[in-house]
Amino acid sequence: MSELFPLKQVMGFVFSLVLTAVALGVYYFDMSFAVGMTVLLVTAFLQAGLQLVVFMHAGETEDKGAIYTNVYYGVIIALVTVFGTLLALVWDMG
Amino acid sequence: MEFFERFAIPHPSIAIYASMVAAGLTMIAVIAGLTYFKKWGYLWREWITTVDHKRIGIMYLISALLMLFRGGVDAIMMRAQLAVPENKLLDAQHYNEIFTTHGVVMILFMAMPFIIFFMNFVVPLQIGARDVAFPRLNALSFWLFFMGAMLFNISFMVGGSPDAGWTSYFPLADGESVGSHYYMIAIQIAGIGTLMTGINFITTILKMRAPGMTLMKMPMFTWASLITSVIIVFAFPVLTVALAMGTMDLLFGTQFFTLDNGGMAMLWANLFWVWGHPEVYILILPAFGIYSEIISTFSRRNLYGYKSMVGSMVLISLLSFVVWAHHFFTMGQGAFANSIFSITTMAIAVPTGVKIFNWLLTLWKGKIEFTTPMLYSTLFIPLFTLGGVTGVMLAMSAADYQYHNTMFLVAHFHNVIIPGVVFAMLAGLTFYWPKMFGFMLNEKIGKWTAWLLSIGFLLAFMPMYVTGLDGQARRMYTYSESTGFGPLNMVSFIGAAIMAVGFVLIVYNIYYSVRYASRDISADPWDARTLEWATHTPVPEYNFAITPEVASSEALWDVKKKDHVLFKGDYEKIHMPNNSGVPFIMSCIFFAWGFSLVFSLWIPAIITTIGIFVCMTLRSFEKDHGHYISVKEIEDTESELRGA
Repeated sequence: MSELFPLKQVMGFVFSLVLTAVALGVYYFDMSFAVGMTVLLVTAFLQAGLQLVVFMHAGETEDKGAIYTNVYYGVIIALVTVFGTLLALVWDMG
Repeated sequence: MEFFERFAIPHPSIAIYASMVAAGLTMIAVIAGLTYFKKWGYLWREWITTVDHKRIGIMYLISALLMLFRGGVDAIMMRAQLAVPENKLLDAQHYNEIFTTHGVVMILFMAMPFIIFFMNFVVPLQIGARDVAFPRLNALSFWLFFMGAMLFNISFMVGGSPDAGWTSYFPLADGESVGSHYYMIAIQIAGIGTLMTGINFITTILKMRAPGMTLMKMPMFTWASLITSVIIVFAFPVLTVALAMGTMDLLFGTQFFTLDNGGMAMLWANLFWVWGHPEVYILILPAFGIYSEIISTFSRRNLYGYKSMVGSMVLISLLSFVVWAHHFFTMGQGAFANSIFSITTMAIAVPTGVKIFNWLLTLWKGKIEFTTPMLYSTLFIPLFTLGGVTGVMLAMSAADYQYHNTMFLVAHFHNVIIPGVVFAMLAGLTFYWPKMFGFMLNEKIGKWTAWLLSIGFLLAFMPMYVTGLDGQARRMYTYSESTGFGPLNMVSFIGAAIMAVGFVLIVYNIYYSVRYASRDISADPWDARTLEWATHTPVPEYNFAITPEVASSEALWDVKKKDHVLFKGDYEKIHMPNNSGVPFIMSCIFFAWGFSLVFSLWIPAIITTIGIFVCMTLRSFEKDHGHYISVKEIEDTESELRGA
């Protein structure tokens, strides 16, 4: 019976609810902008990763390699774009 | 009457009225012709509803050629206006509208469909597949692109053309007329189609290769298409978001790109180029792939440095995402940021140089045969390198303050796009023409065209380097005689006219070859090396009667030289996708949706939005298992094609 119980999915569901609750905390508790944004960013990325791995089965087929390569490539490009934009338009803008 | 006033063009001229009449007459002629020859059913069954990658490819090709002439006429008008100082042929507003249209049409509606035509037609054949991974999505991609392009193309006749440049920088784009609405919405619709093409081809290439074809045994054009698709999937969402934000600024009064209320006009330029620079490589990488195929075929030897070719493309795809700020070195950021983007930009010259040397070393000791495609490819190498070198000049941010916004820049990017992309498209078109239509284009006329285009290109764009360094700004509709730009601009105009003759010769070549070319050619007329030449001409619906088994990156060549066997076993029934009219209908609704948004017609906009969702919902509940082609049918088709 224990093999039939989707433990991973149930735990994933509980964890994603916890992440949602933590993110919601930013609204209800008084904290600085920096702390609030940090909490939101961290929970958002954890949540996205969780959805991808547990509920969209990213690592469960023979295409695992291609899927993760694409995800990593996407993350790298997103980071480069965000920080490059900050550099050009904010940090180094005269 | 008040309702219809919004459709009037704000800045009319005789040329625009003449275009309206011409467009109207063409439509009447097409409708009358289809009715008279009773071709409506044929058109619907064989083309509009098709999901066959080869037919979709040919429709991309036709669209791209039409748009090439549209954009080409714009180019000629611009060069004619600038040919002499203080010219009165066009006024400033028309000139603005024409260079905007020229840029958008040539990049998004000519070059993009042209490369997607090659991807569609060639990639499934080259990897031994029966179709792409998602055939109906492919049809939707095409029709969305087509409707987006048509929406953009009617702008100059209905409501007014965009006039803020193909980059459409805010706040200039935030104008009075609906031109910028057209820009945002038409490109959005076409862009969604392109994004889906990217997803489709990544899946196709990763999942549907013939047995034995590992990644490192893929032909070079397939590699180029894979990398291009990856860049499309990562770059186009940025454009989608930027266009959506721009649309909301224009239609709903949001403040993303405004100058006050916390808006930032520079953010548009930033986002545009985050997409725009990878877009350049989306165009050039498939072109490189085509050159690789052609140079190796007509040097009669394998491509030199296969692994370094693949490696350099992967590197280019990564670097293409870290250079975008070089498009606005002068926007106000400091030397530190500019230096970083300078260095990344110059770094791109390294993998590109690797590719150039690989082509040269492929030619080295090859038995070179100067066919038309090969002529284009050998002309490409020196001409493109010239553009690459001026690119490195522009990459130096300190020096860029001199070049920025001058004709020097215009000369540079035409110098990479024309020999790089356009020559590749024409070379590839000549190369694959017999596979598509069963006869070859005339070689003599083809070579004349290649030479005319090269000479015309040099005459048209080399003078711009000089006038640009002398300070002639781009996008200025005229200049005074005392600047001394006159004679060189006249040379440019003559060059443009020679190029125009070259493009007319292409049309004549098609006409001539349709009439006189021999139909008695083999399925492999160029003695080529890869799988697309291993099947019959014309290619049957199912591409290969038996799925080929591949053992090297030049599968067909090794059949000829090393006695490899591609087709083992007997015929089995083949599973193929069904045709569908939904992609066409859905795209028509998209067109109406776009048109409604352009003119802020809210009720039709809401109705068409619902229509789009209805189409998607219907698709979700539709059970379509495709159909089988029986062994009997395959045998009949095969024996008929073999006999022919």
